[in-house]
Amino acid sequence: MKYFKEIGAYFLMLGQVFSRPTKPSVMRELIFKEIEELILNSLGIVIFISFFVGGVVSIQTALNINSPLIPEMLVGYATRQSVILEFAPTFISIIMAGKIGSFITSSIGSMRVTEQIDALEVMGINSLNYLVFPKIIALLLYPFIIGMSMFLGIFGGWVASVYGGFTSSTAFIEGVQSDFVSFHLTYAFIKTLVFAFILATVPSFQGYYMKGGALEVGKASTYSFVWTSVIIILANYVITTLLLS
Amino acid sequence: MIRVNQLYKSFGSATILKDINTSFEQGKTNLIIGSSGSGKTVFLKCLLGLFQPEQGEIYYGKQAFSAMTRNQKKDLREHIGMVFQGGALFDSMTVEENVMFPLRMYSNQNQREMLERVNTVLDRVNLQNANKKFPSEISGGMQKRVAIARAIVNNPRYLFCDEPNSGLDPKTSMVIDNLIKEITSEYNMTTIINTHDMNSVMEIGQNIVFLKDGQVAWQGNASNIFDASEQSVIDFVYSSNLFKKIRGIQQQSKGTT
Repeated sequence: MKYFKEIGAYFLMLGQVFSRPTKPSVMRELIFKEIEELILNSLGIVIFISFFVGGVVSIQTALNINSPLIPEMLVGYATRQSVILEFAPTFISIIMAGKIGSFITSSIGSMRVTEQIDALEVMGINSLNYLVFPKIIALLLYPFIIGMSMFLGIFGGWVASVYGGFTSSTAFIEGVQSDFVSFHLTYAFIKTLVFAFILATVPSFQGYYMKGGALEVGKASTYSFVWTSVIIILANYVITTLLLS
Repeated sequence: MIRVNQLYKSFGSATILKDINTSFEQGKTNLIIGSSGSGKTVFLKCLLGLFQPEQGEIYYGKQAFSAMTRNQKKDLREHIGMVFQGGALFDSMTVEENVMFPLRMYSNQNQREMLERVNTVLDRVNLQNANKKFPSEISGGMQKRVAIARAIVNNPRYLFCDEPNSGLDPKTSMVIDNLIKEITSEYNMTTIINTHDMNSVMEIGQNIVFLKDGQVAWQGNASNIFDASEQSVIDFVYSSNLFKKIRGIQQQSKGTT
């Protein structure tokens, strides 16, 4: 019953996020600030993780190919498929649930605890629009991060397999290019956009409606990470079933 | 002026405010006092429209709050200034940006005009050379001044203060009290202050509403609070050692004369 109540509250919150808009000149600044905090400040960790996980995927694939009948190019092919279909959109989103999600929950939660949200409401500002809407708009650039992660993941795979002596560069690139289905990219970016929306709104919901003090802000951040991850994984399953099966 | 008629507010089965009838006068510092748990904060939040009362009505001037349209409520909020207990300054903004915030939201002034107005109100609250500092870089007393400056920057008709002296030393408290009193008469605002500080009561209590268990137990001002016959008011007033001693001295002097 509690979960149904929370789901209902979440959708009511979404209704308010898109109503009573904040003054455009103020909103523009807020969006740029959120782009810096949510997108640009996440680039470092995404670059690091994508490069090395791409490398590990290619090494694991190469090490598991024992039969001489299996072509070497499979390493490049498997790396591309793993990175584009799952690693970049889903795995990075789970990591972002920890990084961006916790940041959103703790910053909004702190505002709740210190009555800053009440101050906005008293001033007649739609606090949900003011706080959550710019995050949703900023995260429309999230596919840019994921696109970069795809490229770096495959590049990391190439570096690891070529310089690790597992495959030749030609074989790896041939594998990356073979049997390419462009719809897989479309599928990956569709789910990336859905995950971006989840990343912006679920942690905001946890922060906005939290009660208590500083300790509860920490608890809300943890709770937010768990729920954002669970919802991303469920959404991943549903989207994959709808678009690929 | 704000008038309250038969106001009731409950949370679950607990009735916090019961049949509140009172009024707050324009150009005066109106105090809501009472011990902890008496319903002061809930009452203040009802007045601000942050809580919806179950029953009763709040009149801003001649207009009933519940009968206002969304736009009327928005207009009203533009004329409300609020000083929160902890200041509620926006952490990510400098002092200047905090004070400028209501202007950026509601006025059509350009940056230069807004900056001029910000500097005027910061001067008014005796806060200079702090424009570029963040709230975390200034003292509690200075934060309260910034909060007051932000509350009055838009020339509000109504000023609400939730325990503006909490966490401040007695000297700074008195400075803040006097500042609120001066600003109230200068801007001719209806100021409502939620407090349990007896020094504030004596210093700025031009109209006092005493709450007990969610009801108005007494209403008067600083000059007649010592004559109150209501036991809960007497207990509240003489709860501090200082006032107990004063009463002892008064009784002694009465005895000797």
